[in-house]
Amino acid sequence: SYFIFLSFQQRIEIHKLRQGDNLILGFSIGGGIDQDPTQNPFSEDKTDKGIYVTRVTEGGPAEVAGLQIGDKIMQVNGWDMTMVTHDQARKRLTKRNEEVVRLLVTRQSLQKAVQQSMMS
Amino acid sequence: KIESLKVTVDFLKVPLGLKKPPLKEALAAVPGPGRPKPLGVERHKPRRSDTMDNESQYSGYSYKSGHSRSSRKHRDRRDRHRSKSRDGSRGDKSVTIQAPGEPLLDNESTRGDERDDNWGETTTVVTGTSEHSISHDDITRITKDMEDSAHLDCSRHLGVSLAAALALLAFLTPLAFMLLPQLLWREELEPCGTPCEGLFISVAFKLLILLLGSWALFFRRPKAFFPRVFVFRALLMVLVFLLVVSYWLFYGVRILDSRDRNYQGVVQYAVSLVDALLFVHYLAVVLLELRQLQPQFTLKAVRSADGASRFYNVGHLSIQRAAVWILENYYHDFPVYNPALLNLPKSVLSKKMSGFKVYSLGEENTTNNSTGQSRAVIAAAARRRDNSHNEYYYEEAEHERRVRKRRARLVVAVEEAFTHIKRLQEEDQKNPREIMDPREAAQAIFASMARAMQKYLRTTKQQPYHTMESILQHLEFCITHDMTPKVRGELGWRYLTAGPTIQYHKDRWLAKQWTLVSEEPVTNGLKDGVVFVLKRQDFSLVVSTKKIPFFKLSEEFVDPKSHKFVMRLQSETSV
Repeated sequence: SYFIFLSFQQRIEIHKLRQGDNLILGFSIGGGIDQDPTQNPFSEDKTDKGIYVTRVTEGGPAEVAGLQIGDKIMQVNGWDMTMVTHDQARKRLTKRNEEVVRLLVTRQSLQKAVQQSMMS
Repeated sequence: KIESLKVTVDFLKVPLGLKKPPLKEALAAVPGPGRPKPLGVERHKPRRSDTMDNESQYSGYSYKSGHSRSSRKHRDRRDRHRSKSRDGSRGDKSVTIQAPGEPLLDNESTRGDERDDNWGETTTVVTGTSEHSISHDDITRITKDMEDSAHLDCSRHLGVSLAAALALLAFLTPLAFMLLPQLLWREELEPCGTPCEGLFISVAFKLLILLLGSWALFFRRPKAFFPRVFVFRALLMVLVFLLVVSYWLFYGVRILDSRDRNYQGVVQYAVSLVDALLFVHYLAVVLLELRQLQPQFTLKAVRSADGASRFYNVGHLSIQRAAVWILENYYHDFPVYNPALLNLPKSVLSKKMSGFKVYSLGEENTTNNSTGQSRAVIAAAARRRDNSHNEYYYEEAEHERRVRKRRARLVVAVEEAFTHIKRLQEEDQKNPREIMDPREAAQAIFASMARAMQKYLRTTKQQPYHTMESILQHLEFCITHDMTPKVRGELGWRYLTAGPTIQYHKDRWLAKQWTLVSEEPVTNGLKDGVVFVLKRQDFSLVVSTKKIPFFKLSEEFVDPKSHKFVMRLQSETSV
């Protein structure tokens, strides 16, 4: 048996949580075109300068919505996130007038495949 | 049709007390273009006898000297022979470089253990000879050569004498220019005081400089002669001839006929001729010397027996000259050839050799079978070799260990031995019987390290190379020059590794006879990809040529202010 990587694209809808004056989503992002892509532990391609989810707070809106650590955020509400700076990404996620963000994420998961099943 | 060309190259040497030929002859007689005297140092050694000069020598090239009559003959013959065969043949050319005075047959004995002390090896690459050292062997060889190429004599002689005559003419012409008016129409000449005298002085010095320059430049015998020499040499000769002739023409018409009375003008004319000759000398220097100084090719010399290889940079040379250059460097760069070290240890070898014997049974027309069979044999051999590599490895490791142990013992013995002697200081009061000269000191300490040394040499299979005499001599040398035992690591170095061939006693280890084999005529210039082989009896040096690549250097300007840096961040923002 062996492992294979599969990439899923997933649409995740996060409802922001109001905490005092801020609307929070409950996760942290890393990456951006102005960042060092080789430091990214989640990317498979170390030249990938996309935005990745680096932490997901427990019980936060992101976790509830199904966001997982290591996801690459491709779009936020239709805005492309693959070629943005870190700050631009942050701004797009934290617009004050949006209560819901719809993310398109790419997730890599490890599948263990059984040789027999492949051959059968 | 491939013929091999055997050319005997003689190397000539001129004794020091040679009279200088007139400069122009020397100028004209210069050996050609590519053959450098990069080490154009004249090495004169006292001539002991015919078996002594066993090293490569450069000798001055002298044309007019009566001494070198026979050597000129050698040259002539050789050249002619070469030029003749150059026209016709293609293919392998082999040139035997050998020294007169040595038997043609080479008694090299590098057979290691069996032949400890009788090495009749008396060989070197290049050696010189002069009248004094002609021996019977010389004569037999000379006659042999003469039979081969008797007809080359005349033309060669002609060339040399022509050059000599031209040089003499060129040298005397300015003097003639200045003297003739004085002799022929002295009364009519305008008096010419100070300016003329000044010009006389300048002519005298310029001629002297020309003489010295020609002596320095042309008084070296090249080691071999090349047809290409003719091109540049002929060019220079023609140039000088034209120069002199045109000057004479002008002189004859304008000055002699019309009996010009302006003596100063005549003298100035003569001075201008001397200047022109100086410039021709400069041209000769550039064409013949400077052109081949700039490295153009890299030669890789690989010894076939053990793979030792070296790289050399040379300029525009002919193959033959490059071969001689390589050989000169071979003697101080390559470790001495020790056939005993080449063989695999016997234990390994015997296992390898035993095993497969191939019997070919059957008819003649087994051509298809034979290839298949040989392939099978090779495969079997390869498989078999796989088994014995282990033994080879362990044998090697064991040998290495043994050598190191012996070496340690030797080093300790040497150090200890050297502590027993010290240089006599003035203030020491010593019994005269106790004072020794270096030789005795060497003998005294030799005893204490003889055993260790002998064991070591035996282990590294170097004992044929070092006789007791040579070891003693070396010890004497070290002692005389106060070599500390550490420097005596020079001794260590000398004995611990096989050093370059030239450090061993010359008579024994320097080979005189090498054969040059090349596919192109050996007088062709070096080109990229030329390969030639220098053969000795039991190994050969394969030399391949590569052109030094053309380097394209481009310039890039870096503004010091342009060095700016940013931090590479990996921020994490929580949203």
